[in-house]
Amino acid sequence: MNAMSKVLDQYNSRVYKNRKEHMVDVNNESDNVISANVRTIPGIITQRGCCYAGCKGVVIGPIKDAFTIVHGPIGCAYYCWGTRRHKARTEKGEDNYLQYCFSTDLQEPDIVFGGEKKLKKAIVEAMELFAPKTIMICSTCPVGLIGDDINAVAKWAEQEYGIKCIAFSCEGYKGVSQSAGHHIANNQLIKYVIGEGDRKITNKFSINLLGEYNIGGDGWETERLLKRCGYEVVSTFTGGATMDDIANAHQANLSVVQCHRSINYIAELIEAKYGTPWMKINFVGVEATIESLRNMAKYFNDPELTAKTEEVIADELDNIEQDMAYYQSKLKGKTAAIYVGGSRAHHYQFLLNDLGVHTVLAGYEFAHREEYEGREVIPFVKTDADSKNIESITVEADPEKFHVYLSEEDLNKLKEEKLIDYYGGMVKDMADGTYMVDDLNHYETEEFLKLLKPDIFFSGIKDKYVAQKSGILSRQLHSYDYSGPYSCFRGAVNFARDISMGIYTPAWSYVKAPWKSTPILEGTVGGVEAC
Amino acid sequence: MLNYTTKETYERSALRVNPAKTCQPVGAMYAALGVHECMPHSHGSQGCCAFHRMFLTRHFKDPAMASTSSFTEGASVFGGGSNLKTAAKNIFDIYNPKIIAVHTTCLSETIGDDLNALIQGIDVPEGKYMVHCNTPSYYGSHINGFSNMVAGFIRYLSESSGTNNGKVAILPGFVNPGDMREMKRLAKAMGVSYTMLPDTSGVMDAPMTGKFELYPKGGTTVEEIETLGDSALTLAFGKAASEAPAELLTKKCGVPNKLLPLPIGVGRTDEYIMALQSFTKEEVPYSVDEERGQLVDVLIDIHPYTYNKKVAIFGDPDTVLSITEFVLEMGMIPKYVLTGTPGTDFERSAKELFMKFGIEGCKAKAAGDLFELHQWIKEEGVDLLIGGTHGKYIARAEDIPFVRAGFPIIDRYIHSYLPLVGYKGGMRLAELITNAIMDRQDRDSAEEDFEMVM
Repeated sequence: MNAMSKVLDQYNSRVYKNRKEHMVDVNNESDNVISANVRTIPGIITQRGCCYAGCKGVVIGPIKDAFTIVHGPIGCAYYCWGTRRHKARTEKGEDNYLQYCFSTDLQEPDIVFGGEKKLKKAIVEAMELFAPKTIMICSTCPVGLIGDDINAVAKWAEQEYGIKCIAFSCEGYKGVSQSAGHHIANNQLIKYVIGEGDRKITNKFSINLLGEYNIGGDGWETERLLKRCGYEVVSTFTGGATMDDIANAHQANLSVVQCHRSINYIAELIEAKYGTPWMKINFVGVEATIESLRNMAKYFNDPELTAKTEEVIADELDNIEQDMAYYQSKLKGKTAAIYVGGSRAHHYQFLLNDLGVHTVLAGYEFAHREEYEGREVIPFVKTDADSKNIESITVEADPEKFHVYLSEEDLNKLKEEKLIDYYGGMVKDMADGTYMVDDLNHYETEEFLKLLKPDIFFSGIKDKYVAQKSGILSRQLHSYDYSGPYSCFRGAVNFARDISMGIYTPAWSYVKAPWKSTPILEGTVGGVEAC
Repeated sequence: MLNYTTKETYERSALRVNPAKTCQPVGAMYAALGVHECMPHSHGSQGCCAFHRMFLTRHFKDPAMASTSSFTEGASVFGGGSNLKTAAKNIFDIYNPKIIAVHTTCLSETIGDDLNALIQGIDVPEGKYMVHCNTPSYYGSHINGFSNMVAGFIRYLSESSGTNNGKVAILPGFVNPGDMREMKRLAKAMGVSYTMLPDTSGVMDAPMTGKFELYPKGGTTVEEIETLGDSALTLAFGKAASEAPAELLTKKCGVPNKLLPLPIGVGRTDEYIMALQSFTKEEVPYSVDEERGQLVDVLIDIHPYTYNKKVAIFGDPDTVLSITEFVLEMGMIPKYVLTGTPGTDFERSAKELFMKFGIEGCKAKAAGDLFELHQWIKEEGVDLLIGGTHGKYIARAEDIPFVRAGFPIIDRYIHSYLPLVGYKGGMRLAELITNAIMDRQDRDSAEEDFEMVM
């Protein structure tokens, strides 16, 4: 019996039937079909969050000059206050509200009589105290139930103050995980922000860095590298971004996509409306970064850019070579299990691979089937009631702003090579005999860790200490345990340093008290020492 | 840092900025973690449970295990009954707790799920328990949620057999496991046998053993909660967190209760010891005398660094009031005391303290937020800030020494293992305060004024 069967075996029949579909014993001769983006069974200790977390926490939260009012009781605003490490610097003349937490702090009478009045009043107070240029309204569970019309309030605010005000109906109960919230956030940004900017872009190597939230400064490190190669980063979605960056995204000649799950809607819609194609890249891992840079250069197809790209790669490699060799010697042969979000479980396998660490299990918290199996499965994904409830928008080409960089022929060639508008998913990069588990819950985490005994478990704060209490090093891949950046070349060294110190920290050797393995009684039996 | 905060006062009635409270369910979850073999269960969207577990884990740096009803849009329309039923079956099946402690959320409260009825309709296995409390997030704060969950356990489980078991029921309030250990140590030193509810020591400060335990050794057992009804006396710490459950135990089982402030500082720990003594009618042992004397000794030693220093204190009402009295004992001036938790008692109690120590010009506010506290500090500065992690932004913006005390502390380690309560806790808090002030003096002094001996 393999590890997967052993874990499943302990479930009752109904749970067994459900959870079996969410696990794959990877065999690249077969289809590796997995069930994903469906409801978690009630009572299961899942690590998943909600729609609000995906919208406000992930996509909208990082926009530094958007004054985001969480409309609901206090908790939801409070938990998203400074707890995700999407860093943002404030340049001169820019607003940055990330140190603040704004909420309507709804009380019982508001729930009974409606919260619109309080929301309006909160906007009046926000304007008088902070005078922001953009206000976002994110609603939480009860707001959807009592029927507050937050879109009407947003419209009122725009007329009253001449600001931009966007409403996000991202109540926690929508969808099955954070994923629904990503979608809702994507929809509103495409509808109300992207395409409105008229910043002058002179560099033809202009790109959007989509699905990069600048956790621990990842986005800054990636931007540094891209600028070195000669690119102009028009916008980053949404780490450290301003509203103006986002409004100008339509002008870029290529969108590169780091986190496919949270931003793929925008990537596609920008292409449909403005002609900018998208490319799945990955700046986590040395080899992955090199490949991504080369693919980008291939798209822009410019000898100077290509040469500069190679020069930068050589130089960056040269800078980290010694450090990487040192950490490889410390980490080679170790094994890892990874359970994170909707893209990192894939990305970090590359970086671990660079270090000689083998991934034995990987899973996503809120991915869809395409993040596991590749976009080729999209036509075969069944839509259920939960996903139907989230609006799927379509757009027409914008007659004025639509622009192309490559000829249709060249673009089609890249599409055939699967460099453009394609993501192959995680499973193709996983070795046979490893495991892929969707919505890995607490019980399965505990059991798989016992059976597979990885040296490191990469996950989040909720299960970090579960692993560590059982003697396995755990590093958070949502927050990087307050370290980073982990992206690109230099980031790889930071990552290697952090996991090396985790594995080699002396305290692990003291877990067992000496008296646990020393007998209390010393004595002799027939003149021979007994113990 | 916090550049939009200006000192000009502005009356807000709708926009909450930088709150000093969070919602009820997280308090309920924390209380339920203090019951042995208990699975706290969040009846609402998955996100609530995820946020609360995340938050508690960040504070304690230990696993906070809890399950959820995983509401979808359908459940939100048709009610969460079937989700709860499925959840209960799966929890007992897979995680095998002795008891499930359900708390509601703003979602399940708004749709009006009747938890009494729902739980009655659930087939709870023999020898297992399922209890609940209502924790609407749009009322009160995490402190009310904690209080409601403790009351929930009592409502469902505690019975009076008619025989007094001679024990004291200790309701410790919303404090760290380190505090609970210290309260128990003092009760033991006084020769009192007790049951503490909840007791998160041994759960949220569990040791490293190389083996993860879903239900660690600590926590009040179901049997202990059942026999709480036979207690001779309840000592309830903190009006906000413990008065309601103590009153319930009196009403339901006839156990008399004495409401005490959280025992932080000399006077308030004295009250605890006196309450224990009036129960035992025995001499206070020398060991307690000695600890008390040590605390008073250090307070006299450090007074040159604390006397007349102005301090701002924020956090949960019971904690803030007790720290306020302690800083008054140290000769400091609690210039501003603020809690995010609503309620009229807080301001009155704070003002009584100002009067008791003959201090004027101090402000106290309940249902306030950190934006307002920061405005006050900008208007007239303080020498020290005491509170949870969220205060670090104000401390940096105004360059004020900062002592982390209370909940939540999500940017430092070890704090939850160590007490603020009792004479020992007082000594720890006095050390934290003095070090912060003296480190600042060292940092700011001119080179020629830099002292070797202080």
